[in-house]
Parts: sequence; C-alpha cells; structure tokens
Amino acid sequence: MKFRVERDALADGVAWTAKGLPARPSVPVLAGVLLRVTDNVLHLSGFDYQVSSEAEVPVHADADGAALVSGRLLAEITKALPGKPVEVAAIDAHLELTCGSARFTLPTMPVEDYPTLPALPERAGTVDATKFAAAVAQVALAAGRDETLPMMTGVRLELNGPSLALLATDRYRLAVREIEWQPDQPEVSANALVPARTLADTAKTLGPLGGELVIALAAGAAEGMIGFAAGDRRTTSRLLDGANYPAVRNLFPASHTAQARVPVAALTEVVRRVSLVGERTTPVRLAFSGDGLVVEAGGTEEARASEATEASFDGEEPMTLAFNPQYLLDGLSALSEPTAVFSFVEPGKPAVLAPATEEGEIVPGYRYLIQPIRVVR
Amino acid sequence: MGRSQAMARERDDRFGPAADDTGCPILHVDMDAFFVSVEVRRRPELRGLPVVVGGIGRRGVVSSASYPAREFGVRSAMPTARARALCPQAVFLPPDPPAYAAASRTVMRILQDATPLVEPLSLDEAFLDVAGAARLLGRPVQVAALLRHRIATELGLPCSVGVAPTKFVAKLGSARAKPDGLLVVPAGLVREFLQPLPVAALWGVGERSAEALRRVGLRTVGDLAHAPIGQVRSAVGSAAAEHLHELAWGRDPRPVDPELVEKSVSAEVTYDTDIADPLAVRRTLLALAGRTAGRLRASGQVGRTVAIKIRLADFRTVNRSRTLPNPTDVAREIFATAWSLFRALAPADPIRLVGVRVEGLGPADGAAQQPALGAPAHGWRDAETAADAAAARFGPAAVRPASLLAGGALTRQSSVARGARTRGEDSVSQGGDSGGPG
Repeated sequence: MKFRVERDALADGVAWTAKGLPARPSVPVLAGVLLRVTDNVLHLSGFDYQVSSEAEVPVHADADGAALVSGRLLAEITKALPGKPVEVAAIDAHLELTCGSARFTLPTMPVEDYPTLPALPERAGTVDATKFAAAVAQVALAAGRDETLPMMTGVRLELNGPSLALLATDRYRLAVREIEWQPDQPEVSANALVPARTLADTAKTLGPLGGELVIALAAGAAEGMIGFAAGDRRTTSRLLDGANYPAVRNLFPASHTAQARVPVAALTEVVRRVSLVGERTTPVRLAFSGDGLVVEAGGTEEARASEATEASFDGEEPMTLAFNPQYLLDGLSALSEPTAVFSFVEPGKPAVLAPATEEGEIVPGYRYLIQPIRVVR
Repeated sequence: MGRSQAMARERDDRFGPAADDTGCPILHVDMDAFFVSVEVRRRPELRGLPVVVGGIGRRGVVSSASYPAREFGVRSAMPTARARALCPQAVFLPPDPPAYAAASRTVMRILQDATPLVEPLSLDEAFLDVAGAARLLGRPVQVAALLRHRIATELGLPCSVGVAPTKFVAKLGSARAKPDGLLVVPAGLVREFLQPLPVAALWGVGERSAEALRRVGLRTVGDLAHAPIGQVRSAVGSAAAEHLHELAWGRDPRPVDPELVEKSVSAEVTYDTDIADPLAVRRTLLALAGRTAGRLRASGQVGRTVAIKIRLADFRTVNRSRTLPNPTDVAREIFATAWSLFRALAPADPIRLVGVRVEGLGPADGAAQQPALGAPAHGWRDAETAADAAAARFGPAAVRPASLLAGGALTRQSSVARGARTRGEDSVSQGGDSGGPG
C-alpha cells in the first residue's frame, strides 16, 4: 500500500474513524484504524463492537493494500502535520508517513485479525444535516450520564411520517425537539434509543458538513442498530434497549397557571453569577412576580447572592421555584431564541421552558421540562 | 487500646494527675471496652467476668473484649472462633449497635458540656480543647477528672483520658492510662514520653511502615527523631517522612475540629459461607443500602457517591463507586446504584464479603431534594422516613423490603462486620459502621 493524500482530508477522515475508539480495548486490534486503498480511494474504518465509523478519502495511489495502526496515534499525528501533501506507505510491519520534512514510522497490527464492520442498516430516510445536528445538541444535554439507568443515557428518536422527534431525560429534566425529515416510506412509524454520547459526537461532526444526512434503521427493532451517512462518512451504533422507555411526553402538564418571559442571555448570566456561591447542586431560587424576577442562591449561614433581572410575568400569584443551576443553564442554552418562556402550574410541579422570539412569541418545536428542587426546611 | 497493652503498665508519677498541665489544653477521652461496658451496665451480673461482644456467626469478629477477657489474650478484630478457643468461659454477646450509638450520644453530650470544641473520632472517643474552659471548670487536669467522674457516675461507664499539648500525644496518653485512668504528658516531658515508644505508636505508622522503618534501623520514636531525614525518606517516602519526623518531636499542629464529621457511612456483611448466587447478593445489597440510608437520615446527612466492596473467596477485594447526579439519603437510590455496580462487576468467583459505602457527605438540613420528574409528591424518601419512625417505635424489623422478609438477608448472616477504624492519618474518616474496638 502506497499513496499520496491531502493533509486536511486525511486528518478529518482519521479523526472521524478514531474518535470513538476505546482507550483500553478488549482486543488490541480494536484500538486500530484500518486503512485500505483501492481505486485511488482510501477507506478508513474504526470499530469497537458498539460503534463503527467509516470514511472515504480520495488519494493518489501507487499501490493498493491495507494496514492497521493505532487510531489514537494516527489521529494525533495527522492533526499535527504541516499543511502539505502526505505520503503514506506500508513497509513490512510498519506504516511510513512523510509530510514535508517530517517522517513517522508506526508499527502495524495484523489486518486479518480485524473484525468485519457491520453493514449500514436499511435506509429509512434523510434529514437536513445542520438541522439534525442542532436538534441533537438541544436534546442530548438532558440525557443521563449515569449507567445505573442505561435507558436514560440514550436519546430516543421517534420517526412518525414526516415528523422526527428527539427525546432525552435523566429523570430530572426532559428535552423534546421535533423537526421534519424526509422518510422513504411516508407512513413510517419507528423509534430507536441511541446512546446520547455517540449521537452527539456523530451529529457534531456531520452537521457542519451540511447537505443531507441519511438515517438507516434496521427494520426489526430486534436488530438493534442505527446508521447515519453523510457525504463520504458513515457510522453505525448499537441501540439501547428502549422497550420499556416510559411515556415521558405525558409528563408535560396539560395547561399552565402562570407564564414568565425572560431574555435568555441576561438570565443565563444572572444564574451563572448567583450560583457561584453554592455547590454544583445547590439550588438557585427564581422568584417571579409582577415586579420582575429575583434570582437567589445560598443559605442563611453560607455565602449568599441575589440579583434582580427584567421579566414579564403573567399570573395571579407570585411564583417561586428552586432549580439545580446546571439543569436550568442547560435548558437556557438549548433555546436558540432570544426569549425564554417559563410555564408554571405550581411551585412544586415541573416547569416548561420554551424558546420565543424577541416579542415573546413561542417558537414551537422545542420544549424543556425541569423538575424543581424541593427545599426542606 | 490494643496497642496500649504492649506499653509500660506502671503508673509513672511524672505523668500522674499532679503533673504540670500548663500548655496542655488537649484532652483525648477514650471509653474503656465501650461495647462491653454498655452491655455490662444493663447486665451487672457480668461485671468482672470475661465478656466478648462480636459477631457470633462462624466468621464473626470480636468488636470489644472486657479486660478480664483480654487477660486470656482476646483482642478486638480477632475472629470470634479464636476468642472462644482462648477463653471458652467468656460470655459472648452479639453487638447491639443502636444501644452503643445511644450511649455514645450521652457521652458526647457530657463532653460538650465542658466545651463546644469536641471532635468525635468515633462512637467511643473524642478530642477536646479545654483551653477556654479554664475560668468555668478549671485547669485541663481538673476538667479531665470532672469528665471522668461525670461519665462514671451519671452513665456508669468507665473511660480513660490523656491530657497533652497536642492531639496525638493526648491519644497516646489515654492509651497509656487505660483502663479507667488519667494521664498527663506535661509540655516539658513530651520527648521523654514519646521517644522510648516503638515507631508504631505514631499516627500513620501501620505494620508495613513500621517494618520499613525497622529495616533501616529505626525502632523507636527516638531513633526516628534523631535519624537524618533522608534515612526516613528512604523507608516511607518523602511526604510521610517529613510528617513522621515532626510527630517524633511531638509537633502536631492540627487543632481540635468539631466540624470534622464522618466522611463516609458504610455497612458490610461477611457471609457464613461463601456465596455465588447473585440474588442473595442482591438481597444483601438491599439490606446494606437500607442500613446506610437509615444512618444517613439519622445523622442528617446526604451523600453523593455510592461504593460497593466485594471480597471474593480468595480474599481479593474489589471496590467500585459511582457518583450520583444528586446527593441522596434514600435506600432505594443507594441500592439501585450498588446493584448496578455489582452487575457490571459480575464476579465469577464466590463471594465472602459485601459492603456498601456512601461518601461525599454533606448536611441534609436545608438541603435540597431533587425529585424525579413525575415522582409522587410523597416518594420513597417519605416512605423510608416513615419506616424509620416505625423502626424507632417497634424495632428494626418493623418495616423491611419484602425480599428481606422470611429471615432477612442480614439476620441469617449473623456476623455483621464492624469495619476497623483506620489507624492512619485518615482515622477521622470513620467508616460509618466502624464504632471501632471498644
């Protein structure tokens, strides 16, 4: 195997395939990225039995062939190379990489030990890559990071005709985003629970490429695999078992008794400042009234902080709720509109955050439900 | 305690109650054979007899032995079976942790009458700084005598007190005073007191460090004090070396800190026979989670990190922990995490011991509970608090998870291990169940 390739194309392709590779794999070859050259195309593959990633990069090939090298090392090297064409050659048990006057020799692993990657499941439809990436980012932040409840570490995709809904919850907050997509079968009705971290990484890389993103879902849920493809990149991921995923949409209250509208940027800054006096999970109290909003944190004995900020409040009685500051900031960061609309039922009940225009008009499609903290006195 | 037995037993007048206590504001109060003393108090017929409190199962361990039992060589942390062999005529009693906790509270209350600067080390010992009590109660020796008198007459429990310029010397002093004694280490005699002692007398020197120090020829505290620091470093590393050197000269700047509270709460069980059935482990974890959560609630604390400890038949010990998104004192949450950790571990070999520990403790009052979305207004926490109240009235078996009925995981496995308190620098991080040998 011997080829010449543009530095950026190589670095991007390697970064994509190496990103999910395990640091301590069960078998050494799984720490590798496989390079295979045929017909002036370099195929890159990474696989850890949960997630597979592939990329294709056009090259000038002098000789076809394949080599398996440490993915992390190759990714770090290609990222650090100067912006010049890269010469790559497999010589005996080594991979030689030359770029300008820099030269690297990497040991290779036996190609024949590398597992076969799963095929991309059957194509289900396409979605705008940029919109999908934004939607994933808005939702994945609400997923759990705690393996105690594996189901909560996923983002649930619900494909219903032209609607694609994404849901995630760690039991304390719940984010739901609905966007449009183009299903291959108009009557499609399917869902999939995708590991949130994998989905977020995938979306973050594929989103900026723009264009269409193919969603591929194994027909029977038993197959347990989803695939995404855009341009010359593709990835597959095992699904989490979502058979018992709770009917979380029912958690949204049917109506509200009060609403408040607050500028997102101002409130974000206030919450960040005020929450400095507490620990990570020390609640911030939001007191809404006709006079506006007062944000407070801290107790009587410890450090305290409070700050008033503008808010328009529509309700009979003032409304005071306490939130985990990070949960609140996550919700605010996901709104992607200038105004946050809080809808309340009563202080102990979950509040809904929704994005709105400058004028306070709710922009449908995204909702963030957050359970207030109960302060025991 | 155990160590004190090895030390000189004669009462040395230089360190008696009449010694000069100027510059000796630190008291170390240590209850004598605490668990046994509590048992003897309610069964006076046992007074003067060899009495052993400990797990009475096949693999039980001695928690506390009366002084008559110690005459036969019985020691805390010794397998109960060995204690039986050494002293078959002893009265063996299973531990009654609630009784000891209650007795401990009454002791601490008396100590706090003397000064708010009380730093409990465990159920049965505490440091006091009585410098501020001089005007009300008198000199440190007078305070020490008063406390001993009150604890003996009001509570019927014996204790020993060390009076010294620093914490660790006071602790050595109380050990030397045992049983039922009072010892003063005058500021001017600290070196004379310390330097003949074996290096193992110093805080932070366990068996391994002592062995390492012995290998470079340092056997006594005096050897250590006069050795070049490089020689100490070569034995125990540089961080420990500086520290031990300071201690060897009697320097210990740590103040008595009443805020120094438990850093973790834990409970563990040693099975009578090794078990391989994960469902049996599951029941144990459920019971241990209930116990740790109950103690968290009783002490008004919540914890962020749940850890499990699994000891396999071949004594390999594995610890796994996970930090929760929100601090908790709810058994159900502690159990869910512990069980998940255990399932991820999936040990192939039979299991000897299972433990649950909650760390990252903070005060629960004023604290905030983050309920889950859709959780009922009265959730598991309320249910468990109600169970606490029922247990307080009707006994610990009043309300239990259904899978623990019919003999219950813990009642069958009688040997509830009481983790030994760490003797090192971290000895203030009491493992919860570790009342320590009494």
